[in-house]
Amino acid sequence: MSKQEYTITVYTENQIGLLNRIAIIFSRRKINIESMNTSPSEIEGIHRFTIVINETEDVVKKLCRQIEKQVEVLKAYFNQNDEIVWQELALYKVSTDQIVEKVKVERLLRKYGARAVVIRKDYTVFETTGHREETDGLLEALEPYGVIEFVRSARVAIINASSGFHEKLKEFEHIEPGEDLVENEFLNKQNEVFTM
Amino acid sequence: MEALTVKKDKSVKTKKPSQKLSGSAALLEIFLAEKVETIFGYPGGAIMPIYDALYDYQDRLKHILVRHEQGAIHAAQGYARTSGKTGIVFATSGPGATNLVTGLADAMIDSTPVLCITGQVYAHLLGTDAFQETDVINITTPITKWNYQITDATEIPAVLAKAFYIASSGRPGPVLIDITKNAQLQIVDFENYQPCEHIRSYRPKPIVRKKYVEEAAKLINEAKKPFVIFGQGVILGRAEKEFARFLEKSGIPAAWTIMGMSAIPTDHPMAVGMLGMHGNYGPNVLTNECDVLIAVGMRFDDRVTGRLDKYAKQAKVIHLDIDPAEIDKNVKTTVPVWGDCKETLPLLTSLVQQKKHTEWLQKFRDLQKQENEICIYPELHPDTEILSMGEVIDALNELTAGNAIIVTDVGQHQMVACRYSKFNQSKSNITSGGLGTMGFALPAAIGAKFGAPQRTVIAIIGDGGFQMTLQELGTIMQGKLDVKIIILNNEFLGMVRQWQQLFNDKRYSFVNIESPDFVQLANAYHIPGKMVSKREELKNTLKEMLAHKGSYLLNIMVGKENNVFPMVPQGCSVSEIRLK
Repeated sequence: MSKQEYTITVYTENQIGLLNRIAIIFSRRKINIESMNTSPSEIEGIHRFTIVINETEDVVKKLCRQIEKQVEVLKAYFNQNDEIVWQELALYKVSTDQIVEKVKVERLLRKYGARAVVIRKDYTVFETTGHREETDGLLEALEPYGVIEFVRSARVAIINASSGFHEKLKEFEHIEPGEDLVENEFLNKQNEVFTM
Repeated sequence: MEALTVKKDKSVKTKKPSQKLSGSAALLEIFLAEKVETIFGYPGGAIMPIYDALYDYQDRLKHILVRHEQGAIHAAQGYARTSGKTGIVFATSGPGATNLVTGLADAMIDSTPVLCITGQVYAHLLGTDAFQETDVINITTPITKWNYQITDATEIPAVLAKAFYIASSGRPGPVLIDITKNAQLQIVDFENYQPCEHIRSYRPKPIVRKKYVEEAAKLINEAKKPFVIFGQGVILGRAEKEFARFLEKSGIPAAWTIMGMSAIPTDHPMAVGMLGMHGNYGPNVLTNECDVLIAVGMRFDDRVTGRLDKYAKQAKVIHLDIDPAEIDKNVKTTVPVWGDCKETLPLLTSLVQQKKHTEWLQKFRDLQKQENEICIYPELHPDTEILSMGEVIDALNELTAGNAIIVTDVGQHQMVACRYSKFNQSKSNITSGGLGTMGFALPAAIGAKFGAPQRTVIAIIGDGGFQMTLQELGTIMQGKLDVKIIILNNEFLGMVRQWQQLFNDKRYSFVNIESPDFVQLANAYHIPGKMVSKREELKNTLKEMLAHKGSYLLNIMVGKENNVFPMVPQGCSVSEIRLK
């Protein structure tokens, strides 16, 4: 099994220290987290982690089980890139003089789907969202003119096949949850959204 | 702390009017409600308000003052392992809390329910490098099932309810609650305490799926050479009877891991011995010959499996476990039977056919015979003048008739004790299995005695390990406890020496350990003791020790360079086990 990019989506309670609990599951196994984002989810009070790693399916599956084992974690899903819609956001700060003199700014913005967030005498900040290649593309295009600062956000992702977490959460509230949300289809039922 | 989800049952009896209590007193009221009897602890600055409250609860809560916080947590582990209840620990902030780390890691890997309460500096001092402040939550995150810092006393009831529930339910484990001093002092309205029975993000037991049980039964019924291997899950699940019933109906030979030992009597007709690096010959060799391997409440530790890519490759694997994360973790499972084995085993028993695998069982017995000739007989009847560890255990078996609780430390003596001890009852073999913590036995034996006060508790310890926590002799002295201590003294760090002999050309690097006069040391703590070095003294001295009311220490001199065999050398397959 070869390594590839996986996006792990984790639904959790909103609790101090949980970020650490999840992060050390990776660091203990010396696995690098490519990006990690925490945010609210579609449900009030439920947090959502989006974690990107490069690993084999076998390893990702085991990691997800270890994550789900944490008391405050409700559910962990893992997906390949073709099963999700995802975006990253990037900001670029460049010298306004340089940009005005040397680039056709309008063409640049159009080509990379970017917009100017701030335009000041001394500098301009562009913003773009997209996949890694797209945000990298604008960086490359701007590099000859001197990029003063560059920053890219973690990946955020939506799972194509998911119908949200509301129903599942209701099940979790019960002492005896229904069978369909109970851990992991085994025995050759691997093709549904979630994988554990 | 918005998301603390302790389910409140609304149909509760009429509420008691609320009382005004300090956070500390509320904590102790909760202990009473949770039927806590014994606390192992050590006071200090940041936990003083709790100790002050405890002063008024001395008639209802027994507190055992240990000599080091590591002793407290190992004692709590011993208590939990013999009683089946959650062990309770008190420690102060900073060094008190960090001294718990080894025990927490040990309890985590051996799934022992322990609840540690640590004091913490005032909330307003957090993060200021205050005196005895340490970030105990982050230090203990990877080695606790759950941990939480309380900075406001109103959180105490809900958090403690959760803590008790999490520590003891599902796959048990250690929980640490850190309470800042201000929360211990703060006065709160304390109402009826509600134990926790549900947390929405936590499912202690997976739902049993009949489909898997049926598939498992089918595999078992078709098997020609089925083999059961079991671990502590049987004991933690209180499923000893259900398990024995399953073995008796299916007629399948069964071997235990070191943690599963004593779940069935060692002389059970289906018992074929211990698995693992120093386990028995038959179960190790035949692991690579069985056609269906049925793992019950065990986690395929590397000391059990040896080389994984040569482990039971010919077999279909059925894995019964309560922890979904254990399925497929080390060994690929053919049929995962999730669930509490207390529920899954009877289901499985009802579906399997009554059988006798006579020929197959005989294979185990034949290999046992080989092991008897080459390893066991010489160990139990050595032709040397000096005693062997095995003959000490053998003599002890005769005197205890398998009814004692044996608490072992880590190393050669542990392997020998586990290989040769006889047990009639569950929860009798207490040892540090997963973490391999030297220094575990003496404090764990103290706790084991509190967990099973009616039973004889014998700590068997090496000369090295004893010196790691011997300060707990003070706890024994002050509590006038009854713990029998046997030091199997080979004047070496024996297991490391054995490896150095076998794998490092006898380059004995720092394994030669000198010891004080252990008997005099015990005497200094008013514990009687004797040294034994002659065979003819052995039995009588053991008798004397067992007959003595109160603690007793025996320093038994054994062969300096004896080795433990059989052995699966590291990196080898279980079937490459060496008899010599």
